[in-house]
Parts: sequence; structure tokens; C-alpha cells
Amino acid sequence: MDNPTVINRLRETHPEAIISAGEAQGDGFLVVRREALVSVAQFLRDDPALRYIFLENLCGVDYLGREPRFEVVYHLFSFANCHRVCLKVGVPEGDPTVPSLTGLWATANWPERETYDMFGITFTGHPSLQRILLPDDWEGHPLRKDVPLGAEEVAFSINRENVYAHKVFARE
Amino acid sequence: MAQNLTVPSPRDITEPALKGRTETMVLNMGPHHPSTHGVLRLVVELDGETVINVAPDIGFLHTGIEKQMESKSYQKVLTYTDRMDYLAPLSNNLSYVLAVEKLLQCEIPERAQVARVLLVELTRIGSHLVWLGTHALDLAAMSVFLYAFREREQILDIFELVSGARMMTSYFRIGGLAYDLPADLLPTVRQFLDLIPARIDEYEDLLTSNPLWMERTIGVGAVTADEAIAYGLSGANLRAAGVDYDMRKLQPYSGYETYNFDVPVGKNGDIYDRYLVRIAEMHQSVRLVWQAVERLESLGPGPYVTADRKIAPPPKREITHSMEALIHHFKLWTEGIRVPRGDVYSSIESPRGILGTYLVSDGSAKPYRVHFRAPSFVNLQALPHMAKGFLVADLVALIASMDPVLGEVDR
Repeated sequence: MDNPTVINRLRETHPEAIISAGEAQGDGFLVVRREALVSVAQFLRDDPALRYIFLENLCGVDYLGREPRFEVVYHLFSFANCHRVCLKVGVPEGDPTVPSLTGLWATANWPERETYDMFGITFTGHPSLQRILLPDDWEGHPLRKDVPLGAEEVAFSINRENVYAHKVFARE
Repeated sequence: MAQNLTVPSPRDITEPALKGRTETMVLNMGPHHPSTHGVLRLVVELDGETVINVAPDIGFLHTGIEKQMESKSYQKVLTYTDRMDYLAPLSNNLSYVLAVEKLLQCEIPERAQVARVLLVELTRIGSHLVWLGTHALDLAAMSVFLYAFREREQILDIFELVSGARMMTSYFRIGGLAYDLPADLLPTVRQFLDLIPARIDEYEDLLTSNPLWMERTIGVGAVTADEAIAYGLSGANLRAAGVDYDMRKLQPYSGYETYNFDVPVGKNGDIYDRYLVRIAEMHQSVRLVWQAVERLESLGPGPYVTADRKIAPPPKREITHSMEALIHHFKLWTEGIRVPRGDVYSSIESPRGILGTYLVSDGSAKPYRVHFRAPSFVNLQALPHMAKGFLVADLVALIASMDPVLGEVDR
């Protein structure tokens, strides 16, 4: 199985679902319309010639300043053909929702929760879309590019008063 | 494909309980519980001693590694990878450097490739020894733990010899290795290889046909091949269910296609089969290390890092008389490696399963986004499905048999 075969097969069966497709560093990728994601993924999984039955990776990327701003990336693997294909879905900032793949693969559950936690992308149809790594009351989504990397100021004898003056301490 | 598989969240169990459902009891296990192998909290719904439902609650070790990586240069990111799966630091190093090298499209010298295979397979043995020891300890077989750690100590000594560090090795570099292999490495590894197969047999004498061990493990927490694939299980957890799937065979990296080794496969997908698969994997790793040792001996001394000066710094002695070398050295340490624009995914077979790295580069010296497909994180989702209907004591055995490393789960 090679990349052009997969891409052509999808172009034939789902002509309006594919925005663009190509090859990068030897790996094939398909940029898929959001609405068509589930049907494309299901086709890749169930088609007897393709059999991409293993959802290997799922993650989000924030391309701040680009339209659409977010991208959710899926890597599917086919044992039968020993081949991997990458699906990408653009997600606009104004409506950060993507259909969930938990109906097709149980394994999508936690990675989707993680992507929601880190990027604030909502997966519609997910059974329990809650924060997973961060506490429930956390504000914001830290892997977004407009969230700065935080740091804890270290208090030394020279700047102790300064640091302690604006530090919040837990009260008994 | 397996249908209707779910992954409950803690709230699914606690909310009905708080509303006053009284037929079942909700038990909070962890996060500080020795059998959870780190800081894993389990919300367990019990009927007597039978597990009705479990929901893992994770994130206690979350350190924002992926966010921090975006602010560091490519060389510095490497040291973070050690801290994810702290029982297999070299496997993490390898997954990351392979992704960067794929984007850079750089050639790795043969000697570095073989050294990587040697060290990664030793890592696999070391990691499986910790799994074996703690797994047996959780099922009240204390002595196996002591023996397993005795042998692991020798592997750590080898790592110390090679990199100067026992745990956080950070020994691989983009383009090869950090420095050359020490002269006394191969004799030390040979010594270890002479000893370990008999020692693995010794562990097997203690456990494999031990009636207590078999009673606790056979038939417990079985998953079928379809379920294992739907849950995205990988590593020994997947192979125990009868799926012959190993990245080293399917998508070989670092020259694995040129080595002779088998992929052990189980049948029933229960704890006992996972145990057998991992034990057999250790024997296969010994085979691989033997081949790597022989190759290194026949290769002799040679380059251990790529000659591309845009990726790896020049040797120190060159800097003293070559302006070119000095400039390369200065550029690498002040600016870092500039990686071409693009995104790449590469994955390896770590001791715990498929460890993937998704890397996005914007052409600068710092990664734009790094994501790790952590095998422990994905595997742990299947725990509720496995544990349903078994006893609390079996739950303890199940966690150990999945071999999660919480540093990798939470990253």
C-alpha cells in the first residue's frame, strides 16, 4: 500500500470531503472537511482494502494567526497493509468543535479529553468531555499559543520581601 | 470491530453515589497507594468485593512537558523526554530524535545506529525487570522483586558507564550519540549477557508454574484482540491478546529489519499471557543485544555522530585551528539546530508499547509543537473494561500487569 493509492481511493469515494492531500516526509496526509471526518474515518476503518483499524495518535495543534486557527491530527494505522495515514481537520477559533471519534474507537476517549483540556476544542458526541490532566477548576487552555509559559519566582534573601509581597499563600 | 466499549470518567461514578444510591460502595484508591505504581487515583464502585466499575483519575504528575518543550531549542528538548517514561529514558530519547531526524533527513552513522539498538534493548530488559519485580511484589511474591532489581542494577551500571547517568541518560543526540562509546562497554555488556538468560529462567522457576501465581493471573482481565485494538492497546498488552504487532517489525527504524528476532505473541490476553509475553521479550532483547555487540566489535572505531555540522558540533580539536568549525560550534550552541518547516510523526516500540512523537516545526530553532503518543496513557483507558466483575485484589494485579508509568501518563 502506498500513499497515492489511499489518497486516490478517498478522492473517488469522498470527493467533497477532501480539502487537500499530499505527502510529507514520506507520509501521506489528508486534510478533511470537519463534517465529513467521521464518515471518512469509518470508511478508512471498514473498507476491506484499506483496513486502517488502529487509531494510533490523536492530538491538537494551535496555528495562531492562521485560518483556521486549530488543527486536530489523527494517525491511523493499517496492520493488513503495514501503512499509516494522517488525517487533519481544521478547526476555526469562533466555533472550536470537531465530531468525536469515540463511536468508532474507544481509544479516542482520553486523547480527545486531553485535546479539549489543552486547546479548548470541543468534541461533539463525546460521552464525558471533561478536563483530564488539569484540575476541573483550571482556567484557560495552556497549550494555546496565546497562553504564556508561567514560572514561579524563587525567593532569595535579596528579593524575599518583594517576592512574598505578591505571592498568594494557602491559609489554614 | 468491538462495539460499545466505554471509558468511564470519575464523575460517572461519584455523581450517582453522591445522589444517594446505596446498593454499591464507592472506594477511593490512591493517589498515594503503593500498588498504583505512581500517583494514580482510582474511583472504584464495589458490590462487596466485586468491582462493578472503575474510573482512573490522572494528572497528578502533569508537568506541562509539551508546553515547556515549545520554549526550548531542539537539543534541550531531549532532556525532557527522559522524564516522561523514567523507566525507559533511552526509548524516549530515541522516539524524539527519530522524529527530528526524519524532518532533517540526516544520515546516521552505522556505529550510532547499532549502539542505539543495543542500549534501547537493554532499556527494555531493565524496564521489564522493574515490571516483573513490582508485579510479583503486588501479588505478595517479595523475593522476585529483590532478584529483578539485582539484575537491573547491572543495566544501570552499563548506562552509567556509557552516559555518566544511571536514570536520566539523555545519551542520544540528533544525528547520533552524545559522545563515543567507552572502550570497556562491550566486555561489560558481554558479562551481563552471559548471566541474564539463566537469571530470567530463575524468575520463571519461581513464577511460571507456581500454582499461587497461576491462580491469581490466568483468566483475569482478559481482552480479545478486537477489544485490544479498539482500545488502542500496544506493546505486550496488545500482543498478549494474540495480535502480532510490533513496530520494530512493521515499520522498522534504526536498522531493526537487519536483526534476527521474534515477536512473542500470547493467546488469551489475560494477566498470565502478558507475563509470558514480557518474559519472552526479555529473551528476544538478549538476542538483539548479542547481535548488536557482535556488530559493534566488527565495525571497530568510527564516527558516532553525523558529519553534518549544521546538526552536530565539530570535534573540539577542530575548533582550535578551523574558523569554519568555530563558527559552526558557536551557531549550534547560541542558536541551535534549524529544522525545516513541516510536521512529522514517527513511532517506536518502547517497552510499554507504541511511543509516537508528533512534531511540528516552523523553521526556527525551537519546536512549534511536540506531542507524544504515550503508550501508558492510551493503555490505561482499558483498565475499567478489564477490571469489571473481578475482585479488588485482581484490580491491583491488573494495574501491575498493564505496566503503566505515571510520568508518561501525565507528562
